[in-house]
Amino acid sequence: MTTFTLDTSDEIGVARAVGIRDLTFFSRVPHGGGAAVGVVHQAAMAVATGAARTVVCYRALNGRSGQRYSSGISDGPTTSDLIHWSWYMPFGLMTPASWVAMFAQRYMHEFGVTSRDFAQVAVSTRKHAVKNPRAFFHGKPLTFADHQSSRLIVEPLRLYDCCQETDGGCACIVTTADRAGDARHPAAMIRGIAQGAGGDQEVMTSFYRPTISSLPEMDLVARQVYSISGLRPEDVDAAVIYDAFTPIVLWQLESFGFCAAGEARDFVNGGNLELSGRLPSNTHGGQLSEAYVHGMNGVNEGVRLIRGTSCNQPRRNDHVLVTAGVGVPTSAMILGKAA
Amino acid sequence: MTSPRATREELERRLATYVGAAAGPPEVGRDPVDGALVRQWCDALDDRNPAYLDEDAARASTHGGLVAPPAMLQAWVLPGISMSRAAADPENRQRELHALFDAQGYTGVVATNCEQAYDRYLRPGDRVTGHTVIESISGEKATGLGSGYFIDTRTTFRDQHGGQVGWMTFRVLKFKPAAPPAAARERAAPPKPRRLRPALGHDNAWWWDGLRCGELLIQRCKSCGQLRHPPRPMCGACQSTQWDTLASGGRGSVYSFVVMHHPQVPGYEYPLVVVLVDLDEGTRLISNLVGVAPGDVHIGMRVEARIEDVDPELALPLFRRETSAGG
Ligand SMILES: [Zn+2]
Repeated sequence: MTTFTLDTSDEIGVARAVGIRDLTFFSRVPHGGGAAVGVVHQAAMAVATGAARTVVCYRALNGRSGQRYSSGISDGPTTSDLIHWSWYMPFGLMTPASWVAMFAQRYMHEFGVTSRDFAQVAVSTRKHAVKNPRAFFHGKPLTFADHQSSRLIVEPLRLYDCCQETDGGCACIVTTADRAGDARHPAAMIRGIAQGAGGDQEVMTSFYRPTISSLPEMDLVARQVYSISGLRPEDVDAAVIYDAFTPIVLWQLESFGFCAAGEARDFVNGGNLELSGRLPSNTHGGQLSEAYVHGMNGVNEGVRLIRGTSCNQPRRNDHVLVTAGVGVPTSAMILGKAA
Repeated sequence: MTSPRATREELERRLATYVGAAAGPPEVGRDPVDGALVRQWCDALDDRNPAYLDEDAARASTHGGLVAPPAMLQAWVLPGISMSRAAADPENRQRELHALFDAQGYTGVVATNCEQAYDRYLRPGDRVTGHTVIESISGEKATGLGSGYFIDTRTTFRDQHGGQVGWMTFRVLKFKPAAPPAAARERAAPPKPRRLRPALGHDNAWWWDGLRCGELLIQRCKSCGQLRHPPRPMCGACQSTQWDTLASGGRGSVYSFVVMHHPQVPGYEYPLVVVLVDLDEGTRLISNLVGVAPGDVHIGMRVEARIEDVDPELALPLFRRETSAGG
């Protein structure tokens, strides 16, 4: 069983509740949404080594009704984590939107990106949610004008650049290819999976690198995922790109080589994230428009894309990229079809 | 009250003159004992005793007729709203005693004990009169409410024939209200919200201390000279744990910035400009930019830090637009 360090339901609590008796492997991955594929990575390693035969990866949170992510950092003993946040809290820089906005401002400055480019991500993702009955924004379209007139949260980010706060839970199961073959539903094969933390890595605030307009940790993950799978960007048919905020989608497109540095705005404006585009992405509506379950809902959408059961199913689905949180030590994988 | 504050000795001497005195004129019931008031009392207390309420049942009982609830004893002599005018009554010594305490700062009053005993049941038509005596006054006592004196009174209740029907003792505390504890005071008048404090540990407390001494410090490797911020215990370039500090000139340029609108946290003013500054020494630093309208902030603008006490316990290096060439 694997989950996020941030999860408030512990493994044995879940195991007891669902009647799992002999639990031979449990592990937690830190750094919020960066763990989304990390939990699958842990599970895959446990299955590969025989530490476990079947691993449940889960994430559940009351992001709306419980502890909200925008509520700041609470007191506690002086840990290295608290010392880290102390460089930001006294200055009021204390929300995920504000940390992402700091990178976004610089990225816009360097590459001439505008809020309209971010809007493109929000609008195309919403088109998918509109057709997904599970999505919070099912049946509720979003226009460019809606995005551009939405209130400022942390400049340069507006309301619709930010994901939702959700009460929700998701789980997936990782096991051997043999056992998966006996399952009722077709499985997705993990073709390449990796975690990564970059040089001078902080949690959400890696402001001290020579450049802050790229994601060294995601670059590292991308290199590994392509290397392990033997695949290249052009082999990827569809993607679930972690989208807690709109700008981070652009940066990941560059990390995974779908476009060159600074050119993601052209990629998204060309309609490439939509069903008819080069890389249909966030076909469930993403975290911007389906739900914010820390990327675990994206893992499940990745499996649906491989099975061909997405609400917005692209025609080609041999290989699907799934990524995890941005600005933190992170993870990603490429899913393929079972042999 | 104009009487000057007496010493405790003087006060207690005056208090002694009240002990044993009648609290005031006899308290004559305004009305005879009657069924209407009994029924209201029973309604209020949900008392359904037929001896108080059902004439037939009462007649058949050991009482031989309706009786009043014994606990109503004092109710029969209470003067109603005129109690609030009793202060004007020159014969009311209990009021006079309370006024004496008030003048000495013992302005608080709280009833602490009441005891009653009954000699017989009262019946409709009985007329009750109370005779109250100030029975005793304690020495000064320290209590949770404040320092004060307990006053015990004893009231004897008699009927229209002069026979005793019951008695009551009543104790009140007249006290000087203690200053409320600090926590309660803060609740009463919340302090101005302050910015969140940094958590301090070995790896960062010296930097915050530096600000208190008026210096914006940058950690420097003693072995290879590399500057690093935020600080950490080892040099990532040469693995040396030896370091000292350099005082920054506080000048630099805006590398990136945000303008915070939501959520608004108490202790900060919004819109709040947060800047990532490239210090001229070569390290970067997060802080606030003040004195510049959010719309006028731009990447590359020259800024300089001024260390300011944002509250009595927190000094921050706040940046402003650079006003003069480097120095
Ligand atoms: Zn060094």
